[in-house]
Amino acid sequence: MYYIDPHIHMVSRTTDDYETLAKMGCVAMSEPAFWAGFDRGSVESFRDYFRQLTEVEPKRAAAYGIQHFTWLCINAKEAENVSLSREVIAMIPEFLERPNVLGIGEIGLNKNTRNESIIFLEHLQLAIQYDQQILIHTPHLEDKYQGTRMILDMLCDDTRIDHSRVLVDHVEEHTIRAVLEGGFWAGMTMYPISKCTPQRACDMVEMYGPERLMVNSAGDWGPSKPTAVPDFILEMRRRKHPESLIRRVVYENPIEFFKQSPGFKFVPRDADSAILQ
Amino acid sequence: MNASPCTANEILQREFLEIRCKVLELAASLDRLERAEGSVAGDVRLTRVREALELLLESRPDRAEQVQLTFSRPYDSAWQTAFGIVEH
Repeated sequence: MYYIDPHIHMVSRTTDDYETLAKMGCVAMSEPAFWAGFDRGSVESFRDYFRQLTEVEPKRAAAYGIQHFTWLCINAKEAENVSLSREVIAMIPEFLERPNVLGIGEIGLNKNTRNESIIFLEHLQLAIQYDQQILIHTPHLEDKYQGTRMILDMLCDDTRIDHSRVLVDHVEEHTIRAVLEGGFWAGMTMYPISKCTPQRACDMVEMYGPERLMVNSAGDWGPSKPTAVPDFILEMRRRKHPESLIRRVVYENPIEFFKQSPGFKFVPRDADSAILQ
Repeated sequence: MNASPCTANEILQREFLEIRCKVLELAASLDRLERAEGSVAGDVRLTRVREALELLLESRPDRAEQVQLTFSRPYDSAWQTAFGIVEH
């Protein structure tokens, strides 16, 4: 089955991973900007990172027939440095017209601090000003519930934000309902230890239905599994769910959400086999 | 919504060994803590674990959600006022 991974950090993965994902049916992916594992020292580091996301990764992906899209921001961890964050936010518009850019992300909260909230709000202003879609990171573990509620407060306070153009990622059992009831899209991230498992992601599809719901691997430099979406597909099949339901979650839903962005020039595999470059 | 195509019997048939394994892993972890030098009896993390284990014995359809909330920091709806952040 063809699928799209809507959240995966390929700058952290090897070329072998691109090959494996292609063999497993991955036809497209979106890569939000995130924390590199260390705090970067200047806006120039981010400019280089955004070049990597808009120039290098699309080529690496295309070599395996995968279409690569991306999101730009300064992540919540580095948002504690407010002055650097503002420099990065001011620089982002240089890249918004690049052909694989879908919007602003993954913005959000990490430890739910005042500075993180201020920079989150400034990212929202940027997205509104440039009519961009938004991809949101919600915090981990004990901070997730509080942080997700805070994020939803900020999103709902601003009437200019179209909820159907916002993806709130890393939802789990205690946050998914509020996100979906708010009219937002929700992403379930499947990690080996923290976040969600393929089994629990299937449970949430069964409990809430497939509407505005996606699954992703968030494969990055930490303990993660870039093939988590195929694991989800297998678990859904083991539970006897129809192929149409599985396809909706792993393929049709990402397309429905992403196509709201002018940067999503996706070529379906069935319609055009010439995407291998 | 409950859209599982499998019956309860089918799910138990498929998952019993996994459930048994997970319970055993938990039991062994708690035994390991018991055998080790020192005491963590007053550690709030262990308190949360005990609260979560008690939740598992309740008959309800949202145990996973409740366990998540057990391990979560509380949300204060007045956080924006506390931070001095003005609503848009």
